[in-house]
Amino acid sequence: MEALGFNIATGFLEGVVRGYKGALLTQANYHNLTQCENLEDFRLQLSSTDYGNFLANEPLPLSTSTIADKATDKLVAEFNYLRTNAVEPLSTFMDYITYAYMIDNVILLTLGTLHERDTHELLERCHPLGVFDTMPALCVATNVEELYHSVLVETPLAPYFRDCLSAQDLDDLNIEIIRNSLYKAYLEDFHKFCQTLPSPTSEIMTKILSFEADRRTLNITINSFGTELTKEQRARLFPTIGRLYPEGNNALARADDIDSVIAAIDHISEYKSFFDKSNTTGNTGAAGEGGDEGGSSLEDEFFKYDVELNKQSFLQQFQFAVFYSFIKLKEQEVRNLTWIAECIAQDAKDRVNDYIPVF
Amino acid sequence: MSGTGPRESVFPTRMNLTLTKGRLKGAQTGHSLLAKKRDALTTRFRTILRKVDEAKRLMGRVLQLASFSLAEVTYTAGDIGYQVQESVKKASYTVQARQENVSGVVLPAFDGVRSKDANFNLTGLSRGGQQIQKCRDTYVKAVGTLVELASLQTAFTILDEVIRATNRRVNAIEHVVIPRLDNTIKYINSELDEMDREEFFRLKKVQGKKKRDAEKANESRQVQNAEFTEGGGELHRDEGIGGGEAGGADMLDEGKDDDVIF
Repeated sequence: MEALGFNIATGFLEGVVRGYKGALLTQANYHNLTQCENLEDFRLQLSSTDYGNFLANEPLPLSTSTIADKATDKLVAEFNYLRTNAVEPLSTFMDYITYAYMIDNVILLTLGTLHERDTHELLERCHPLGVFDTMPALCVATNVEELYHSVLVETPLAPYFRDCLSAQDLDDLNIEIIRNSLYKAYLEDFHKFCQTLPSPTSEIMTKILSFEADRRTLNITINSFGTELTKEQRARLFPTIGRLYPEGNNALARADDIDSVIAAIDHISEYKSFFDKSNTTGNTGAAGEGGDEGGSSLEDEFFKYDVELNKQSFLQQFQFAVFYSFIKLKEQEVRNLTWIAECIAQDAKDRVNDYIPVF
Repeated sequence: MSGTGPRESVFPTRMNLTLTKGRLKGAQTGHSLLAKKRDALTTRFRTILRKVDEAKRLMGRVLQLASFSLAEVTYTAGDIGYQVQESVKKASYTVQARQENVSGVVLPAFDGVRSKDANFNLTGLSRGGQQIQKCRDTYVKAVGTLVELASLQTAFTILDEVIRATNRRVNAIEHVVIPRLDNTIKYINSELDEMDREEFFRLKKVQGKKKRDAEKANESRQVQNAEFTEGGGELHRDEGIGGGEAGGADMLDEGKDDDVIF
C-alpha cells in the first residue's frame, strides 16, 4: 500500500537520488584513476565523470586533503539539496542521518573547549553534515554541566546524553567512551524510528543498521584488547540491536582474544567469513604480524559488506533506505578517491587497488 | 746561511740554543700527537659519514612507510589528527642527551626514550584501531630514525669543525713553527761558529804578535850579550828556583810524595 502514496511526496527525490547513484564512479572510472601518474592526471580523469571540474579552481600543487575536502563538499551539497526538498517523514529520516556526524562534531567541540582551543579553528574542522545552529555556542561553555544545560539540551542529541551519561560521567570518562556511548544510543534510536516507518524501509534499514551495530561491537571488542577498557565498560558500549544481540554480545563482552571473538560469531556465516578471509591474508606474515594484517583486512571486509548491503537497498523501490545508502556509498567513494589519490601522491602503486569498488 | 727564512729574534748564545732545541723537540712531539689525533678523528668522521648516509636513506624509506600508514588510517578511521592532539598530555617519546668522548672531543649523542604508559585514549575504538596502532608504531620508528640522524648530524658538524682546527694546528706546526725553530737553531749555530772562527783568528794573531815580540827581544838580547862579552863580561845562566843541574825540570813530574805518617 505504501507504493500508492509514495510518489506524491517522495517520488521526485527518489528519482533524484537514483540519478545521483547513477553518477557514482564505475569500475571503469576507478580503473582509469588508478592508472594516473600524478594528481594532475587524476583531476583530468575525474573531470570526465560527474565530479566535473570540481577541482578547477584549486591552486596547482594539489593535495590529497583538498581532493577529499572538495569531494566531501559535493556530497554535502547533494545531501542538502535532498534534505531541503524533503517532507515528513523523510525529512526526519534524513535528520537522523546527520545525527551521526553531529555526535562527532559535539565531541570534537567539547574536547576542544576543555582544552581551550580556538573556536574558529574547531568549527572549521567539524564535519559539514553535522552542523547545527547552536553549534558555535558549544564553545562558550566552560564545564560539562553547563554545556549540557545551555546547549545540548536544545539539540536532537539531548536524549542520548541524558540516557547514557550523567554530568559526572562527562567529567571523568574518556572522551572516546562518551562518543561510543552516544553512538550506541543513536543507533538504537535510529533503529526504533525506522521501525515506525512502513514496511520496505524498516526491513532494509534494520538490515543495514544491524550490520552497523555488529560492526561496531566487533571493532570495539577487538580494538579494546590490551587497553585499559574493562569488560563491563566494553559491554556497555555494545548497541542492543543487531544480529549478534543478545547472546553474541554477551559472548563478546567476555572475550579475551581474537579466538573467542571468532567463537562468538560462529553462528553467523557472513561474519565468520570475514574472519576466515582476513585470517588467510594474515597467515602469510609472521605470527606476531599476522594479527595486525588480519585486523586491517577485517576492516576492509566490513567495508565491502557494508557497500554490498547498501547496494542491495537500491533494488527495492518506494522506500527511504536509498537515501541512507546513497550517503554511505558516496562516503565510501570519497574514501576511495582519497585512497587512490594518496597512493598516487606517495607513489605506492602496489596498494592502489585496495579500494572498495562501489559499482 | 742563517739569513734564509724567518727566525725568532734571540741572541745567539749557547743557552738560547739549548732552549730552542728543547722547543723544537716539544714542537715535534706535539706535531706527532696532533697528527695522531687528526687521524683518529678522521677515522671517526668517516664512520659517522657512512652512518649518516645510511640513516638518511633509511629515513626516506621509513617516513614514506609512515606517511602511507597514516593514509591507511585516514582511509579507515577518518581524520583523527585533532583527537590525537587533544588526548596527548605529555610527550610519549622523549630525547635524552648524553656525551661521548672521541679523542678529547665531546660529542653529544641523543637517545630516544619511549614512555610506557602512553596510549591514545582508545582513539579509533570503533573503527580503525588496528591501523592507528600500526601507524603509531611506524611513526615511533620514524622518529627513532630521525633522532639517530640528528645525533649523527650534530656529531658530524662538531667533528668537522674540530678536524679543521686540528688540521690547521698540525699544518701550522709543520710548516711554520718547526721551520722557524730550525732556522733559529741554524742561525745560532752559524753565529756561534762565526764567533769561534773570529776567536781562533784573534788567538792566532795574538800568538803571531807574541812570537814576533819574543824574537825581537831575543835578537836585542843577543846583541846586548854580544856587546857584553866583547866588553869582557861573562854570561851566566839564570839559576832561579830549582835551577842548576835540575833546572827546568817539571815540578809536577817529580812523582808522588811519601805518605806522611803521624
